[in-house]
Amino acid sequence: MANLKTSDKKTKAQSMGLHTEVLTGKTQQKFFNPDEAENFFYWGTYDVDFNKRTDLDVQNLDCKEANRKIDELMSQGYGTIVIKNPQGKHSLGVGILNKLNLIFEGSLGYFGVGSIDGPIVRINGRVGWSCAENMMAGKVVIEKNAGSCFGAAIRGGDLICKGSVGARTGIDQKGGTIIIGGDAGAFTGFMMQRGRIIILGDVGINLGDSMYDGTIFIGGKIGSFGSDAVESPMTKSDIDWLKRKLKVAEIGDNFDVSKMTKVVAGKKLWNYDALEPTEKKGAI
Amino acid sequence: MCGIAGLIHRGKSSNVGQELQGMLQALKHRGEDSTGYALYGDTDGKNFIMRFKVGENVAEGSSSVKEDISVYDSRKRQVDIFLSELGAKIVKEERILPYSLRYEIEYNNDLMEFSKKIESVPGVEILSMGKSLEVIKDLGNAKAVCERYNLDKLIGTHAIGHARMATESGVDIKSAHPFWGYPFSDVSVVHNGQLTNYWNNRRMLENKGMRFMSECDSELIAVYLAEKMRSGASLEEGMKESLTGLDGVFTYFVATKDSLGMAKDTMAAKPLVLYESDDLVAMGSEEIAIRSVLPQEIDTYDPFDGMVKVWQI
Repeated sequence: MANLKTSDKKTKAQSMGLHTEVLTGKTQQKFFNPDEAENFFYWGTYDVDFNKRTDLDVQNLDCKEANRKIDELMSQGYGTIVIKNPQGKHSLGVGILNKLNLIFEGSLGYFGVGSIDGPIVRINGRVGWSCAENMMAGKVVIEKNAGSCFGAAIRGGDLICKGSVGARTGIDQKGGTIIIGGDAGAFTGFMMQRGRIIILGDVGINLGDSMYDGTIFIGGKIGSFGSDAVESPMTKSDIDWLKRKLKVAEIGDNFDVSKMTKVVAGKKLWNYDALEPTEKKGAI
Repeated sequence: MCGIAGLIHRGKSSNVGQELQGMLQALKHRGEDSTGYALYGDTDGKNFIMRFKVGENVAEGSSSVKEDISVYDSRKRQVDIFLSELGAKIVKEERILPYSLRYEIEYNNDLMEFSKKIESVPGVEILSMGKSLEVIKDLGNAKAVCERYNLDKLIGTHAIGHARMATESGVDIKSAHPFWGYPFSDVSVVHNGQLTNYWNNRRMLENKGMRFMSECDSELIAVYLAEKMRSGASLEEGMKESLTGLDGVFTYFVATKDSLGMAKDTMAAKPLVLYESDDLVAMGSEEIAIRSVLPQEIDTYDPFDGMVKVWQI
């Protein structure tokens, strides 16, 4: 096992198997090889037991103290943590890199559960701006509404909001799936690069503006298309995938996905397809 | 980046001074160069309340030049003379700070002429004029300003406020929010964002006789709406026109004697979280502002792009 704590900076990323050479350009980047998974050591992660459960009341803690406490509980092996009284505080539950059941009994402020890689999060309230920004993997379910920049730059995992979301949902999205049960604001999918967005309700103006790639499915009305975004025919595989995804997400019971509008990038960007196959696979 | 907050009680009064203080203090990380309150208190509605300043706060961090207190005194004397000439009778006079005063006035004539005359005294600015509205703004965070002006006991129906991080204009009271909707009684505005057609609009409005006291772009919203209403538009109509008339990114609140409104630009670039119920509407740049008055679990949402809403008391 590569011990990253004792590796120097230069070799740390290579020890993790993320790439085998010094990066000189995006298209030359080599991603993590799944064959090396058993040797993989992820710094800042813990072996946790999902049956080991505890509550954490954050009413009188600031976000740093609360996040430190979550980290401490994970280091003690707690695999299910229930956060009480989040009360709209910012930046709670960020940077969690291992499997964990994290439940928030209440609402979060800005930047909730950002930069996570693996946990299953349920938020029994609403979230502010930039929820789950840069999420790599895992699942986040929000029971109520969400603010703007929902799922900004996510690279993987499922991000589900059962209510409505603000503007710029999925901005700069690079992978994963965002599912919205209600409506979404302007500039949804702005500069989207990979992944999928599913909106069961209406969406605002400039949908998919400047998108490079990826797919957006809309169940309701579209305010307007942004530049580079075009409608594309639904295929059987789209319909099957949507049904499966909504079922797993426990959202949109009996929703007729065949009537959704599919939106994709209408413009091929120069050299965009010159990416390494492994990167495409990792992103999608 | 600045933070804004507002609330309106429907069908009852409450301690809006203390409530708004809590909301704005929760937003102090968005800026504490200055904080301002527009409070709509319970009054008998007979007299005007005029909040005005005869100088600037020159505390540490201020961009204003220090003046001798005798200069403030002479300005106040000149204001008193002009009030007498205008036929206005001072019913009650409070000098809260050397540079900040509150008068209750009996006056029944045109507010524009009134304001022009009073503000012709160099260094004097009317912060608000209304039969319910009182604008209080000064340097520092919400708690500091609230304590300095004893606002925590003010009972009223609604209020809007602003926590400011100074960007495009100085750290001083004249650039602080809220802005009075001169020359309209009881109209105030707070804004979070940046207006990019400020000078074009300002020149146009000045040519129509409107007045600007600062170079803060947010003042434009108050003047813009006041000019629309002066031309016969309702507040809501003026706010809807502002979505295209004002260029840039903005979320703003405007309040009148009996209403509170919000408008969000068509790109929805500035934040706003909104809570609505039958007896209370509370809104702010962040949910934590609302949580200071409603700590229990509540349903809130982000208004969409181009949204304008107005609530009555």
